[in-house]
Amino acid sequence: MTSELTRLTLSGALERLSRRELSAVELTAAHLDAMAAARELNAFITETPDCALAMAEASDARRARGEVGPLDGIPLAVKDLFCTSDVLTTAGSRILDGFRPPYESTVTARLWQAGAVCLGKTNLDEFAMGSSNMTSAFGPVRNPWTRPGENEALVPGGSSGGSAAAVAARLCLGATGTDTGGSIRQPAAFTGTVGLKPTYGRCSRWGIVAFASSLDQAGPMARTVRDCALLLEVIAGYDPKDSTSADLPVPRFSAAVGRSLAGLRIGVPREYRVDGMPDEIERLWQAGAAWLRDAGCELVEISLPHTRYALPTYYIIAPAEASSNLARYDGMRYGLRVQGDSLTDTYMATRGEGFGAEVKRRVLIGTYVLSAGYYDAYYLKAQRVRRRIADDFTQGFEHCDAILTPTAPSAAFRAGEKMDDPVAMYLNDVFTVPVNLAGLPAISVPAGLSDDGLPLGLQVIGRPWDEETVFAVAAALESAAAFDHLPYGLEA
Amino acid sequence: MSIDQATVARIAALARIRLTDAQREAAAVELSRILDWVAQLDEVDTSAVEPLRSVMPISPTLREDIVSDGGRPEDVLRNAPQRSGDYFVVPKVVE
Repeated sequence: MTSELTRLTLSGALERLSRRELSAVELTAAHLDAMAAARELNAFITETPDCALAMAEASDARRARGEVGPLDGIPLAVKDLFCTSDVLTTAGSRILDGFRPPYESTVTARLWQAGAVCLGKTNLDEFAMGSSNMTSAFGPVRNPWTRPGENEALVPGGSSGGSAAAVAARLCLGATGTDTGGSIRQPAAFTGTVGLKPTYGRCSRWGIVAFASSLDQAGPMARTVRDCALLLEVIAGYDPKDSTSADLPVPRFSAAVGRSLAGLRIGVPREYRVDGMPDEIERLWQAGAAWLRDAGCELVEISLPHTRYALPTYYIIAPAEASSNLARYDGMRYGLRVQGDSLTDTYMATRGEGFGAEVKRRVLIGTYVLSAGYYDAYYLKAQRVRRRIADDFTQGFEHCDAILTPTAPSAAFRAGEKMDDPVAMYLNDVFTVPVNLAGLPAISVPAGLSDDGLPLGLQVIGRPWDEETVFAVAAALESAAAFDHLPYGLEA
Repeated sequence: MSIDQATVARIAALARIRLTDAQREAAAVELSRILDWVAQLDEVDTSAVEPLRSVMPISPTLREDIVSDGGRPEDVLRNAPQRSGDYFVVPKVVE
């Protein structure tokens, strides 16, 4: 059940709140109603309505006193990979059974400090490992979009699929996601929403359940580019608790939205024209290039020669780091414990029952590539190719200021598709993974509909720390695409 | 690169993950396919390339070597599957 209030953008809601035309409690209640009416999407693992209303009341009280934070009264959803104090945190896994963290992640703490309201924790692929949201121990998320006239369930993408579905279905005004190989951008593309992966180090990773630490980065998901910029202004910044967070000033990202693009050079990487890419993706990409040319940009072809090696590189490095990070789930201090005959037996039983199939697969690959005799051949080799991939971008950015690509090679696919072929599933991330390997900022913007009537996204990649140019280019695409389609069933 | 079931069993033991016979069989097939697929990296000449370990040149910030948090046994123990007073209870380690 959506209402006029749930259809506001985050920026629009902030204006209404500041003009006192709307209270945080009214806004929050409207979103809680929408959540209750959309449970068949399975977008949330935990709803926190009591906490949300208490936070909204506190926000209204602050506003009455004139102490207003930058996101005061804005209802948000949090991917269930962020630890939230006293609120169940699952990472989409059985192994964290019943875990209520005694602490709050830095990113979510900053949101609440800015006055935002927590609606609940969104569903995700287990430990953020997946591109479809099918690997969650709490069941798959349904994309609010279907093909017109059909009722067949489509995936929302992954791993931040619950956050993307919640934003698209108007269940929240924005959400947090995390992106290790495309987990913010691909679900944003599949649901017609905007999602940004910031530069590695822009946001603190403290209190986020770790998947692959050299690749993981938190970021905002919302319905407009400006809304994402406003969220990033709050969640970005140095954190002494994360030694990989950067001690750099946080720009006012929203000021870049609407900035002139005159004279900007946009790179189009020829290697992203992959074999078998559907015509509709190619057409969308060309349309995006034309829009940016009209906005005053110069389009230049660039070469990123090692693009085709990004996915295999990722599928060595990410599982290797995951196998190390997930070693902590041993059933001793928190979460699930399955008693065995001995200590080792208890470890094996706990991890055998607690981890799902995809997590086991990746931990096994990671263990293999790090094991004696294979470390040099796989892990060090992948780290060397990773440098080649990062160097490609450095050289590419000598000729351009931002890069334009499609976000994903297809629109949302059917629930259950590609499940029997891990490699086919991994190919979803062909355009997003290179960006994580190079640590760059990138955004997905909804840019049009597929021939089947499903949303498609374009990706803008920026130089390190230059989210401002990314936002500026994304805003121009957003404005030219004028994507105002709603998921079928949400149309007024 | 073909992974046999004995290799899967060895990796699973290293990773402390119990697999059923069916899971071990499936893992042998899936891992072999994934490793075949990643073998294409051998095409890339990396003889003069240093491994990339840290993607952003962020120099760690130093701080005073002092205790900044702690003394919260209830917080530490509240999620314990089994506890006794201020201790975690774990299976017997020394025979």
